[in-house]
Amino acid sequence: MALEIIESCVNCWACAPLCPNKAIYEAAPHFLIDADKCTECVGDFADAQCVAICPIEGAILDELGTEMNPPGSLTGIPPERWAAAQAEIMAR
Amino acid sequence: MDLPVIAPEAPQAGGCSAGSCGSSADQMGGMSDEIRARVQDHPCYSEDAHHYFARMHVAVAPACNIQCHYCNRKYDCANESRPGVVSELLTPDQAVKKTLAVAATIPQMTVLGIAGPGDPLANPERTFETFRQLAAKAPDIKLCVSTNGLSLPDNVEELAKHNIDHVTITINCVDPDVGAKIYPWIFWQNKRIHGREAAEILIAQQQKGLEMLVAKGILVKVNSVLIPGVNDEHLKEVSKIVKAKGAFLHNVMPLIAENLQDACEGDMNMMRHCRQCRADAVGLLGEDRGDEFTMDKIEAMDIDYEAAMTVRAELRAKVTAELEAKRQKAHAPPAPQVVQFMPRPHKSAQESAPAGRRVLMAVAAKGGLVAVHFGHAKEFLVYEASADGAKFVGHRKAEQYCAGDETCGDGESVLDRTIKALEGCEVVLCSKIGFEPWGNLEAAGIAPNGEHAMEPIEEAVMAVWNEMLAAGKLDAKPSAAKCA
Repeated sequence: MALEIIESCVNCWACAPLCPNKAIYEAAPHFLIDADKCTECVGDFADAQCVAICPIEGAILDELGTEMNPPGSLTGIPPERWAAAQAEIMAR
Repeated sequence: MDLPVIAPEAPQAGGCSAGSCGSSADQMGGMSDEIRARVQDHPCYSEDAHHYFARMHVAVAPACNIQCHYCNRKYDCANESRPGVVSELLTPDQAVKKTLAVAATIPQMTVLGIAGPGDPLANPERTFETFRQLAAKAPDIKLCVSTNGLSLPDNVEELAKHNIDHVTITINCVDPDVGAKIYPWIFWQNKRIHGREAAEILIAQQQKGLEMLVAKGILVKVNSVLIPGVNDEHLKEVSKIVKAKGAFLHNVMPLIAENLQDACEGDMNMMRHCRQCRADAVGLLGEDRGDEFTMDKIEAMDIDYEAAMTVRAELRAKVTAELEAKRQKAHAPPAPQVVQFMPRPHKSAQESAPAGRRVLMAVAAKGGLVAVHFGHAKEFLVYEASADGAKFVGHRKAEQYCAGDETCGDGESVLDRTIKALEGCEVVLCSKIGFEPWGNLEAAGIAPNGEHAMEPIEEAVMAVWNEMLAAGKLDAKPSAAKCA
């Protein structure tokens, strides 16, 4: 049972100091989680701490590859609306 | 002696409008002497000090515990200049080394701030380790910190310990319904909290932190990011409340809406010279020198901080004396000979409205002087001249039409854009100006003026205003230039 940080990570450092297992480490091009150390915070906190502070939707996955912060969950902007806004900006 | 025009009697009740209060360009007009003394050599808090003293930010605090809708942590490129991004994240040890290197090289550097790129108090170990070392190694540097306020109440004790006497809190709202539109979430007590509840907690923490800091005698400045349609009207309420709780200065940004600053000013001192610097900015405001102090360059430097401290103390004494003289002069009665050029007022001093309308003038300035060539100016400081004196009201960015190389093919259109940026100004003061822009400016109804090169800004602005007054140009409305 472990979480994974993927390439959309922006290296903001927010997660690293919160990890109760010190499983998160700085790496290039982005931070990584040591799968052997990660417990998904079970026993320590109700929510996985890295997931609870990560500002980037989709940057942390669980073992099944599910996005822990799915699109729209952090910005509050539904993905369809986001796509429409992006398209409008590109059209300008 | 009848000197009604320049030295009006004390303002009558209700006669002191928000746009004209203060006899100089000094935004500290409403501050107590004690606060004035504490901020007068701080470039971020004192409008005239920022010409002489420099500041730097060290980017030691990457993590953030809230999300603001307007903030994007993602990009850093050479053309980016906004809070939230940095080129090089520093460890506390590196930050201390960098600070000493900059302070030794730029003796004007009086202030070290930690402003991110995340929230300094969401990185308390890194932030306080930096402060701890600097307080010991460079006692002549003022320390300050900028925070979103969420963790502020927990850290006030620690801040007071490190002799930090200036804190900036970003307060964008005092109403959770407004806050819900600005902050999608916060990280609070090991959980992510969304929406209105998040805003409620954040606002409560900010206000509590503000009160605790004021109770400790720590100066608090409030930054507010103006978001049109979201908190623009609400900021007047914010201004009132933070003033009542003891904040000494309010900085409304990043849309520099001069008329909104005017609307807020009745309640609070307005900060008008902010340049919205990055979390790794170095140098005088508006003149970033960060590139000179990358870690690899700093590693190669040999720094004798003891020797540097002597140089720094000498410079500070000199500048402080200069500023003091300038401030004395600004508050002193005007020299009589200036008045000789004025039309004699028919009414007595008390009855007559100050003669001569207000005029906006743009100044290509450096170090508090009219010292920049028109074509080299990166920005213009805008002053409002009137019988009450010269008052700094904001700055306008210029696109430099003269970049100094031969490849500039679109010079004319850039010049046009610069002239457009100066809309509303009737005069532009600069050290020199070319023939072509001279003509274009005149055609746009803006009078170029290069006669006051190297003079202090306020003196030059008032000299031009007095000339206009004597020439009878200030009776009617401006001819071509429209008020922005």
